[in-house]
Amino acid sequence: MNEPISTTMAPVEQTAESKTERSGIRWGTVLVWVAIVALLGMLGWGLLNSTATQPEAGDAAPNFEMQFFDGYEWNDLSSASLEDMRGNVVVLNFWASWCVECRVEAELLESTWRQYRDQGVIFLGIAYVDSDPKSKAYMQEFDITYPNAPDLGTAISKDFRITGVPETFFIDKNGQVAHTIIGPVSANVLHNQITQLISE
Amino acid sequence: MKDAIRPYRGFLNRYTPFLLLLALLLVALPVAAQEPVSDDEVNDIARNLYCPICENTPLDVCPTQACQDWREEIRVQLSEGRSRQEIEQYFVARYGAQVLAQPRFSGIDILVWLLPIVAVIIGGFFFWRFLRSMQDSEQDRSGPAPSTLVSQSAAHTPPPPPDEDDYISRVEKEVREG
Repeated sequence: MNEPISTTMAPVEQTAESKTERSGIRWGTVLVWVAIVALLGMLGWGLLNSTATQPEAGDAAPNFEMQFFDGYEWNDLSSASLEDMRGNVVVLNFWASWCVECRVEAELLESTWRQYRDQGVIFLGIAYVDSDPKSKAYMQEFDITYPNAPDLGTAISKDFRITGVPETFFIDKNGQVAHTIIGPVSANVLHNQITQLISE
Repeated sequence: MKDAIRPYRGFLNRYTPFLLLLALLLVALPVAAQEPVSDDEVNDIARNLYCPICENTPLDVCPTQACQDWREEIRVQLSEGRSRQEIEQYFVARYGAQVLAQPRFSGIDILVWLLPIVAVIIGGFFFWRFLRSMQDSEQDRSGPAPSTLVSQSAAHTPPPPPDEDDYISRVEKEVREG
């Protein structure tokens, strides 16, 4: 007599079990989809980053902080940001002591800086993947006096997406990139760009 | 002056050689500690570092000038008594975390370690679901399982009518009474 009762109970238990199981699977599915979406998001972010190009003429120059080498300063400051220099024409040069072509332009950059420094032009040197002693020896060798800083963590070169050294960015008074030179800069281009940006 | 030294003369006579030896040791130890750092010691650290401009080439075998400078930097730091960890920290601070051969198990770098595990778990989950669906379709082809049959038949068995129920209880009673 009890048997029918037990058989009629069985499906009820099983239904409850399967419900729990199903809801468990649903949560699992949700988690898996969340993980997939997160992974895809990261992949997309990585793709966007890898395909991004360096700032071009008219783009806002990425802001960065720099800690100048010992003995170098700007406006009596041992550290500064690019934003602090807004209102000035900035010639941002990436270099390294191991870079042969950087030596070609080193003297030109220093002499041009001395020529324009009183006309609201700032020269900034960023040592890319270079050791401190070598950088200092290089600056001493070429008697470089304009503000120079190491590219700590290669953060600045990443923001500007440089393809190598030397590379020079001309930044106007509004903080926008006006022109980019890949490779050593020539005297003509340097003077033309600076005079044009000063007059704007 | 002589009078001042006199009480200690015996002590000085006795221990002068030892004091001299101690002084020599104090001078010699730092000199010995400043032995030139060997290439092996430099390369032991260099092989775990990568220069950003020579991708996929460990620092110990990279022939570029930049990498030579880096190895020199390691040599200088080793001679100053810095540990491997301190040197690696310096290089990370100076050139970024990408210089390390093995990403750190902290910060955003932790994802590099965790993502493969998450990917395996997700893959395992889908594989498990695939196996289950295969099992279900096999069962569908061979007919429902016996337990399901019982439960289904039981589920669809209508409750006995009240009269029949009385009849059964009466028969059960008679059987018990003999």
